[in-house]
Amino acid sequence: MTVYTPPGQSGSIVEYRSRYDHWIGGEYVPPANGEYFENPSPVTGQTFCEVARGTADDIEKALDAAHGAAPAWGRTSATERANILNAIADRIEANLEKIAVAESWENGKAVRETLGADIPLAVDHFRYFAGAIRAQEGSVSEIDENTIAYHFHEPLGVVGQIIPWNFPILMATWKLAPALAAGNAVVLKPAEQTPASILYLMDIIGDLLPPGVVNVVNGFGAEAGKPLASSPRIRKIAFTGETTTGRLIMQYASANIIPVTLELGGKSPNVFFSDVAAERDDFYDKALEGFTMFAFNQGEVCTCPSRALIQSDIYDQFLGDALKRTEAAVQGNPLDTETMVGAQASNDQLEKILSYIDIGKAEGAKVLTGGERADLGGDLSGGYYVTPTIFEGKNSMRIFQEEIFGPVVSVTDFADYDDAIKIANDTLYGLGAGVWTRNGTTAYKAGRAIEAGRIWTNCYHAYPAAAAFGGYKGSGVGRENHKMMLDHYQQTKNLLVSYSGVRDGFF
Amino acid sequence: MTDSADVSRVAVTDAAAELLARLRRRHGELMFHQSGGCCDGSSPMCYPAGDFITSDADVHLGDLSLSDDGGPGPAVAFTVPVWMSRAQFEYWSHTHLTIDVVPGRGAGFSVEAPEGVRFLIRSRLFTDEEAAALR
Repeated sequence: MTVYTPPGQSGSIVEYRSRYDHWIGGEYVPPANGEYFENPSPVTGQTFCEVARGTADDIEKALDAAHGAAPAWGRTSATERANILNAIADRIEANLEKIAVAESWENGKAVRETLGADIPLAVDHFRYFAGAIRAQEGSVSEIDENTIAYHFHEPLGVVGQIIPWNFPILMATWKLAPALAAGNAVVLKPAEQTPASILYLMDIIGDLLPPGVVNVVNGFGAEAGKPLASSPRIRKIAFTGETTTGRLIMQYASANIIPVTLELGGKSPNVFFSDVAAERDDFYDKALEGFTMFAFNQGEVCTCPSRALIQSDIYDQFLGDALKRTEAAVQGNPLDTETMVGAQASNDQLEKILSYIDIGKAEGAKVLTGGERADLGGDLSGGYYVTPTIFEGKNSMRIFQEEIFGPVVSVTDFADYDDAIKIANDTLYGLGAGVWTRNGTTAYKAGRAIEAGRIWTNCYHAYPAAAAFGGYKGSGVGRENHKMMLDHYQQTKNLLVSYSGVRDGFF
Repeated sequence: MTDSADVSRVAVTDAAAELLARLRRRHGELMFHQSGGCCDGSSPMCYPAGDFITSDADVHLGDLSLSDDGGPGPAVAFTVPVWMSRAQFEYWSHTHLTIDVVPGRGAGFSVEAPEGVRFLIRSRLFTDEEAAALR
């Protein structure tokens, strides 16, 4: 057991700067209008640094730097870029503990997650795309004896990326690694709730990249995000967030005729078939953990298994055991490695979760555990903590249909396979789902029948590189976490070449 | 007997109304579109009117009728339309929505975030009488 000292206190392994400018052209550049905003830690609610408040002028400056760097960067060999990505991975790995604590402090998530998942996954992700770009090949089509079509991958040029706050470093990595591997220069806007941890990372890895290849501009969506997303100087925009902003970004992209990739969340069903409870063995224990995954990252995950569907004949018993497992989850200081559930990322996030708990109760759903703000005492009293909450209700209720983005699961039962699939698919979204069964045929059929991009089968919340991740229905466009993401960051150049000396005969 | 014309689907708190008046002075006419999904989703997004293109895929829930008496000169009446995607409305139609505001950071492109506050939806179920009038 380790309790890390908060950044800013003597003895902490992390030292945040007191003020962060924009990272443009490989150096810190003050904001054009001279304004900064305060950055509080959700652990205590207290401000720990201030961050440049970017505007359109800063975005233009970052785009200038990116356009300056893109041509030479795009001409580097795949080997050179892969070597740089591997060097970034090595550098992150060597500083893993510091980066993990820094991210926990800014986001509020439990440090056991950043140590065990977020940062190791980021390391692996850079390595995966280093390998993927080395192995990528163009193609040749032999049209006829004397005519050959050659297909080359070319970078898009300068791309924009808007990052969410729930996994500030991992979500940035999901977007940066394929974009850089493919040879693009990037202007990246972090979320305003978590603007500093990515700059903490740039302080560690920034020297490994040519200046201007990655540029980070912080600020509010309306002031910095919009000028980036609507800029005619980007060749692609990638966004992770919610549906209305996703639509708005698509509208801006339509004006510039550029591609978008969007990851817009979900309301993921976690389906437990009867045979899960056939024995009290390791698998049953794993299934109970799978249920409790709704509290992973305080529920602030686009794929949060926020709807649990349990077959009727095991409902009471399985839910009873799941309730005990949920109540055993340790909530506390995010910097304590024993803590499983940390703080929500911001005050408005906390307020939103509480407002959903209200409407859940008003609609007649029953709170089986949790359902309130937690006061953890001492310095943590000012932080944003919600007790893991289990609701029992019906799939038509709003708490079953809206992404609460908190440690809240809504549970209902189903009669049989067809009923399970019907309820699972009765949602606007289709990002993730969980299927739990000892029967391989049921697992396969349910996995194929559920309309979602990722079906965790007898597991949940694993995010290895090489497993494609993205949404059906309202959950977005594109697949991250897989080499197919390279296609989203590349143009196809076709050379159609005739080796014949004979005229066509039309003229 | 309640007529559907008397039953509103949306309302606004005094604090949110006062903020909207200030935001309108800075950004011009405004609109709301209720979001769903990830991160900052399930929150009402406030944009300069027309910035977000609504379509047949959306439902116009109503207009907030407001007044700005904080600016120079006499009070000015203005309205802010509130929209939601039609698919999402299917699941929300039985609830009345009140737009409130809380301290916070927000995300997305909603115009109030730089003020250090965030619009928030508070919901209640329609009464049987209201529900009947809306049918």
